[in-house]
Amino acid sequence: MWSFFHKLGSPPWLYSISGVILRWLLPITLVALAVGLTWGLLFTVPDFRQGNSYRIIYIHVPAAVVALAGYYVMAIAGAINLIWKMKMADVAMKSAAPVGAALTFVALLTGAIWGKPTWGTWWVWDARITSMLILLFLYLGVIALYEAFDNKEAAGKACAVLCLVGMVNIPIIYKSVDWWYSLHQPASIKFTGDSSIDTSMLYPLLLTIAAFYALFTCCLLMNMRAELLQRGARTSWVKKLALAGKST
Amino acid sequence: MGHVSAPLLAAHAISLERGGRELFQDLSFEVLPGHLLQIEGPNGAGKTSLIRILAGLSRYGFDGRVSRYTALLYLGHQSGVKALLTPRENLAWHVAGEGQYSDEQIETALAKVGLYGFEDVPSHALSAGQHRRVNLARLYLSQCPLWLLDEPFTAIDKTGVLELEALLVRHVEAGGAVVMTSHQALQVTYEVRYLSLVEGLIL
Amino acid sequence: MSPPGSLQFCVRLLRRQLVLAVRRPIEIGNPLLFFAMVVALFPLGLGPAPDQLAGFAPGILWIIALLSNLLTSDAVFRSDFEDGSLEQLLLAPQPLFISVLAYIGAHWLITGLLLALVSPVFALMLNLPGSAVGTLVLSLLLGSGVLSLVGCIGAALTVGLKRGGMLISLLVLPLYMPVLIFGSAAVKAAVTGAAAGPYLAILGAMLCLAIALSPLAIAAGLRISIDA
Repeated sequence: MWSFFHKLGSPPWLYSISGVILRWLLPITLVALAVGLTWGLLFTVPDFRQGNSYRIIYIHVPAAVVALAGYYVMAIAGAINLIWKMKMADVAMKSAAPVGAALTFVALLTGAIWGKPTWGTWWVWDARITSMLILLFLYLGVIALYEAFDNKEAAGKACAVLCLVGMVNIPIIYKSVDWWYSLHQPASIKFTGDSSIDTSMLYPLLLTIAAFYALFTCCLLMNMRAELLQRGARTSWVKKLALAGKST
Repeated sequence: MGHVSAPLLAAHAISLERGGRELFQDLSFEVLPGHLLQIEGPNGAGKTSLIRILAGLSRYGFDGRVSRYTALLYLGHQSGVKALLTPRENLAWHVAGEGQYSDEQIETALAKVGLYGFEDVPSHALSAGQHRRVNLARLYLSQCPLWLLDEPFTAIDKTGVLELEALLVRHVEAGGAVVMTSHQALQVTYEVRYLSLVEGLIL
Repeated sequence: MSPPGSLQFCVRLLRRQLVLAVRRPIEIGNPLLFFAMVVALFPLGLGPAPDQLAGFAPGILWIIALLSNLLTSDAVFRSDFEDGSLEQLLLAPQPLFISVLAYIGAHWLITGLLLALVSPVFALMLNLPGSAVGTLVLSLLLGSGVLSLVGCIGAALTVGLKRGGMLISLLVLPLYMPVLIFGSAAVKAAVTGAAAGPYLAILGAMLCLAIALSPLAIAAGLRISIDA
């Protein structure tokens, strides 16, 4: 157990093990994404009220779910960095931010595209979309704070504090926005139906959610590997790696 | 004194790297009561960094460990003097964390650093050297056994330097300890220990 | 001589902050002036129709309170950081997360409390019904406390940065949103004659949570900023 934690703190070990994981996870992710999206976008029955436009939930919902989970991954990595001073947690936190921000952006974009046929306008201040927008701001805040520091170690710690503050706040923000929306306009069409989703629509949705989680993991690992190489640019293991790469 | 007394501060294998450059490596030493330790090195050798690590202001970015066994007083580059407050208020505030001092004690301390008559002048009317003196007046009040002083002689005139040196000697003779950085050599009749960051050992 | 207790120390710190503020009165006047000027912008931008302004007044007043709080929170730790006082505070034997309450308290007294007290004047200028003014003041009193507590987290994290001003708004504004939602909702409820109590209670709950948690984040942020 302890040796595992010890290994986790070693960049070369993390670099090689993440390489092995990616070799398996990446193809699985791509297949799951392809199957899930084809199934959801082409082979499910149209919704009786929304027709075909609802199909975008196969991108929107997974992106939104994983974007939110990504913030928690980032915050937990930050906490590990603060408490146990683990440098690899800092790498994970820094690498998770752009991936999460990108997913949040995808969720917002697909929400807007879905809004056009459904509400007749590109942007509606719907509870879910507003929450996503705030989540995007939170992600951008973390990225901006990281970039603002010259001392990257301090940047990691400061961002970790910010992530933890954000983590406490996210449930409050979500609940507030939900409540604010219900106060102003009783929802006519909810983006995700309460319970009335048919199983034939649900299974591909679950598959795409799983695929998006895997996609997040892949992107996170690839980002981390790049960051590890950059940070270790002057160390012997990176030099060895670079020389080995040149010879093959 | 020697090794009978317990250390006030101990550094265990401290290494510091800045911008890919090793500033110092595996620095281990103890500060005992009666030690007057001067950290030496050219500009950029890491003197200020080391003293901040010892004080506990730098808590990461270096390897190794620092054990502090006593209350310490740290004076850094910045004087911490507020222009809007008078020297009396500034000093009272500087020592507020240690205890409540009477007006008389504050006045005496200010008089000792040559600020007699300036107690209630707004600090923005004072010079940089006088700001520094307000700061140094803390040393006359403080009960802390360990002093960490970063360039205490900056902006201080000749007589001020002499008084300060005498004060440092009195402090270490009374069983305190001083760790300081300075570009000039101390002119004291007391055994000064040197820690050279370039050579990494106590001479 | 034994060091003073953390509460006693905190009170001394609060007094120092207030003395500093009183000796530079413009720092106290600026947020109020800002409030007044931005209030004047809205009729110019939205048109002077009294009914329309009254409808927007709760939101307008709350947004301005939020912005003036944000603009002033950037400076809470800055001068102490620049002149080295903050280093001494970090090294003081009293726990930092209690000491920082003095900074937050001073900031709240100077911006939040004062703004809440003068807000009835601006509320009348925006044609807010008189029956809602009491709720407005109460909601501002509670809500601005949360704003100060959260704003100081941003201030602590950015105090070491040369250009913290713009960054702090990016960090802190998303965290302000729940306060804005419930603060303006309380005033709106009072305008329509509904009970504002529940909203004020939620603001109070947010205040309790913020008092409990944000000093920890602020203390951590300050230690990181000093170290950077």
